[in-house]
Amino acid sequence: MSEILIYSDNDGTALELVSAGKEFAEELGATVSAALLGDGAAGKADDYFSYGADKLYVSEHPALGDFYVGTFAAALQQIVESGDVEFLLIGSTKRGKELAGRVAQKLNAGAITDANAMRVRDGNLEADRYSYGGNTMASQVVTTPKKVISVMPKTFELGPSEAKQGEVVNVDLDLEDPPVKVVERRDKAGDEVNLEEAEVLICVGRGVQSQEDLAMIEELAGLLGAEIGCTKTPASDWEWFSEERMVGLSGKKCKPSLYISVGISGQIQHTVGIVDSKIIVTINKDENAPMFNFTDYGIVGDYADVVPELNQKLKSL
Amino acid sequence: MDVIVCMKQIPDLQQIRIKDREPILDNVPLVWGDLDKNAIEEASKIKEAVEDVKVTVVALGSDKIEQGILEPLAMGADEAVLLTDPAFAGSDSMGTAKVLAKAIEKTGSYDLVILGEGSTDNYSGVVASALAELLNLPMISYVRELEVQDGKVKAVRNMEESFEVMEADLPALVTVAQEINEPRLPKFMAIRKAGAKPRHEWGPDDLGLAADEVGQNALSVETLSNLAPEQDRKNIILKGNLAEQIDALVDALTKEGVLGR
Ligand SMILES: Cc1cc2nc3c(=O)[nH]c(=O)nc-3n(C[C@H](O)[C@H](O)[C@H](O)COP(=O)(O)OP(=O)(O)OC[C@H]3O[C@@H](n4cnc5c(N)ncnc54)[C@H](O)[C@@H]3O)c2cc1C
Repeated sequence: MSEILIYSDNDGTALELVSAGKEFAEELGATVSAALLGDGAAGKADDYFSYGADKLYVSEHPALGDFYVGTFAAALQQIVESGDVEFLLIGSTKRGKELAGRVAQKLNAGAITDANAMRVRDGNLEADRYSYGGNTMASQVVTTPKKVISVMPKTFELGPSEAKQGEVVNVDLDLEDPPVKVVERRDKAGDEVNLEEAEVLICVGRGVQSQEDLAMIEELAGLLGAEIGCTKTPASDWEWFSEERMVGLSGKKCKPSLYISVGISGQIQHTVGIVDSKIIVTINKDENAPMFNFTDYGIVGDYADVVPELNQKLKSL
Repeated sequence: MDVIVCMKQIPDLQQIRIKDREPILDNVPLVWGDLDKNAIEEASKIKEAVEDVKVTVVALGSDKIEQGILEPLAMGADEAVLLTDPAFAGSDSMGTAKVLAKAIEKTGSYDLVILGEGSTDNYSGVVASALAELLNLPMISYVRELEVQDGKVKAVRNMEESFEVMEADLPALVTVAQEINEPRLPKFMAIRKAGAKPRHEWGPDDLGLAADEVGQNALSVETLSNLAPEQDRKNIILKGNLAEQIDALVDALTKEGVLGR
């Protein structure tokens, strides 16, 4: 019987995949297993069983202390090849995504990364992912005997859990010390925002040139009960916001009732994160900005004029 | 020190039009991906900072690269390897990695291989990982700061919860994030001089690959469909002076029922 093997460096994502994997396994006549790797791995077994894993491969090998892509790829290769694993599903976190190509190469397998939907099709798993920068959605299947797919976090919901036991395989892995060392880790300031759930979302872009101007945006957000998100530059380059607030292809996918873009040109890598909004409002001083193509109601103007005026009006209501 | 930069050309994403949900690629010019430009920019910076660096661009794609290659050469590359043989056309990520690996081995020497953290069109990140495996290189992905010194590479990479500072001995492979640098715009004179820089064109035979090992003949992923999601917007630009525009906006949003309170 073929096996679907799940791994993610993020246990929450892994459990989502175990839940989904269980349903796929039923359709495919397969079983679901998961790999628990690194310090403290063994202690997580109950959780994984309770969401539906039939079998767990566990290793706390010292080489798996800090995540290094090559070492984790070698570990997964050995687990896959020791059993009957046909599908390796990896959580598409940053580590998971870099892992997918590396382990696929070790397995002579094809790989699909950043899948955002998946279904069974003709005995295979079909995955959807964005293509052409987000202009289109490609539906793909891996055609090699072993198949690697990395799946975006939150693609699937956690299924029901029930106390259950299964088979634990303590794998004896042959691993070398990682050739890349983590010499320091600088934690990012935690930002517990959940933009995916926001009913009203305002995003700021590179058109907002001064951090002081965020005050008027925050005022607007307060008046609308909105969360604030951003395009790539304000998060990655200017560090005005944590990347938890970046919206788009490599950020969050949001579906608010009302989305307002402020100083955003509307490049596809951003708009892909907001196309599911009910109503889209755009404030941009360039009437030719592509953002207006995605817009229901647009104002051509300088946000520094428009936003304060809008705030005044909302306050007067 | 030999630095290799892998680059690919993609259709200019802003110029792709959608008709009946199909992407229309006719007449859309090919451009280098943004992240590929970050990669060549970083190589050029290393060349400026460290002595005796040679930068080679390895580019797989259509014969349009012949013209496009002037740009990375003008940005600082010393040499280019063009992999434009029609047999390579339609390669998927694993196939691309295989061809790049053979070409990089054929260059004879590589201390540092740099790629974008993903291609700008598909952003799948598979090629770099597969390439690191094929060349058996240590890999550091998502790099936003890079330092090369004394046979070592030190990099700061941008992860979800932290910035990780990582170190490896050369040779190594890194992938760069967009925020690592601001790619230069090559000057006219540099572009003219770039035409004289050495170029190699290698096909499957030169790389010891059989025709059935490359391109469309060696796909590991099949694309069943590739369509644009449906998009239906009102596209109303509000008219009048600012006060009138704001009134109209608040009116419209109230009628849409999205101004909750
Ligand atoms: C692989 C990859 C992944 C990416 N992922 C993402 C992602 O997830 N999210 C994302 O956002 N980006 C992403 N990007 C970046 C993306 O391609 C664009 O660069 C980015 O979205 C552009 O941001 P922007 O609209 O804020 O800036 P710009 O494109 O610079 O636009 C600024 C806009 O502000 C307007 N403006 C300027 N001044 C004013 C003013 N005073 N008042 C009103 N308007 C003004 C201008 O007219 C312009 O339209 C990604 C890129 C790559 C290559």
